[in-house]
Amino acid sequence: MATRGDVVTAVRASEARSARSMFPLDRLVVGLVFVGSIVASLLIWELLSKGGLISETDLPAASTTFAKLWDFMHTEAFWTAFFQTVRGWALGLAVATALAVPIGIVLGTSDFAARAFRVPIEFLRPIPSAALIPVLFLTLGTTLKSEVFLAAFGAFWPLLIQTMYGVHDVDPVAVDTARAYGLGRYERLYRITLPGAVPYIATGLRIASTVSLILAFTAELFMGVPGLGQKVNEASSYGLNEDLYAYALATGFLGVAIHLAMTGVERRALRWHPSQRGVL
Amino acid sequence: MSARTSSAVKVAAEIAVPVALLVAWQAWTVHAQSQYFPRLSTILVEFRELWLFAQFGTHVVPSLERIVLGFGIAVVVGIALGIPLGLSRWGRLAAMPHIEFWRAIPPPALLPISVVLLHSIGNAQKVSFIAFFCVFPTLLNTIDGVRGIDPTLADTARSYGIRGFARIRRIVLPAAMPQIAAGMRVSLALAVIIMVVAEYFSSTSGVGYVLLISKNTFQMGPMWAAIVLIGVLGYLLSVLFSLAERYFLAWHRGWRAAIPG
Repeated sequence: MATRGDVVTAVRASEARSARSMFPLDRLVVGLVFVGSIVASLLIWELLSKGGLISETDLPAASTTFAKLWDFMHTEAFWTAFFQTVRGWALGLAVATALAVPIGIVLGTSDFAARAFRVPIEFLRPIPSAALIPVLFLTLGTTLKSEVFLAAFGAFWPLLIQTMYGVHDVDPVAVDTARAYGLGRYERLYRITLPGAVPYIATGLRIASTVSLILAFTAELFMGVPGLGQKVNEASSYGLNEDLYAYALATGFLGVAIHLAMTGVERRALRWHPSQRGVL
Repeated sequence: MSARTSSAVKVAAEIAVPVALLVAWQAWTVHAQSQYFPRLSTILVEFRELWLFAQFGTHVVPSLERIVLGFGIAVVVGIALGIPLGLSRWGRLAAMPHIEFWRAIPPPALLPISVVLLHSIGNAQKVSFIAFFCVFPTLLNTIDGVRGIDPTLADTARSYGIRGFARIRRIVLPAAMPQIAAGMRVSLALAVIIMVVAEYFSSTSGVGYVLLISKNTFQMGPMWAAIVLIGVLGYLLSVLFSLAERYFLAWHRGWRAAIPG
């Protein structure tokens, strides 16, 4: 089940936080190890390529790739592609959220609905969204619609499951107390159930945002929807390896940025939760 | 409504809804006459003709081989790296920036690079590509599982003088196993997705290859049969994994506590 694996970031985040509460000298050493490890890997990359262990055509050196990326960053075409990918990611995630959260609340609160849709969900969920690429290509074509559909389809499932669990896991005593105090159905929903489910939904959002980016990029790569994926495909078709590496690097940085942003959102939503308080 | 009738209604709904969805699909495809959405019955006939078992050996077996090999390598590497990293804070500090980068990058971005680097679109490239990305869920969960070992258990082992390899084999690995299994489950699901993507990008055999070729030649029957097959593969592998997990982890206290009944 996804939930057990998902505690991962919460715990790891607390390790990062504990670094902040350390003595200054310790903090300096931690920072040095962090930076040193990145510098070392870049040096190894540079040496592998310049040293000739892997030819420079197959693996352009780190310096070459970063220089290329730097050049790209001064062109408008790069930023257009970059924001096209960001747009696909954001729309896909937004559509998935708009659908998955309400449906998840219904399925999480109604035992009957959960049972009725158990089999279709269990069957549809593990289907790799990538299998839909040919259908989308033929029907919606090389459009933003294809990209958003694919991203939303993939991001929908983790969010749905997380919302269902979250709503289902709300403390029954709290719900009963609210009922005893005469709170109506809808008031219970937004005063008790939803706040209780927020941490689950936040974790679902983080997972869904990664999936949405992967599928937005995949749609661009395989269907030619404009964006970084299409640029990677072009560079690969024309054998422009330096461009290929620079675009892949940019995609990686975008992935890291989105991951950090969503982890931040999750941490805010979970501020009150024991795993986030930095007590080890 | 009594408890018995209500549970009967639920079971009825559990059967009726999927059947209704399938009937609706069939009815819609018959009605729409769309060239891209063949009838469900046509897809099922095509499915039987292709995969049971005429093309099974030529395309399904290679795909399965890649999944199993890639997943297997990923699990071994993930656990082998995860244990020392889980035990060493400095190791974690040094490794985390790399792990975070590689797992945040969308895997398809590296597909062309893997072809360029390995000079191959065959099994070497497919298996290593699958293995590379499937490492991360297992690795991260192993690290976390090892870190989360009950301190009393660790202290007891220390006072009994259990250390070195025996400590890893008898204390660390069993204690971390449920979480490692949770990571392996994510890795396995990922292996199927990456197999499809890698074969769809460049290959000469496999289910993803059939998907690509039938799309390019506008053969909608085989294309949908391949989509259904990929769904069935993903579903079956996840069911198989659950069975194996239940069997191998039946002894685990945390596992038993986590799954009521």
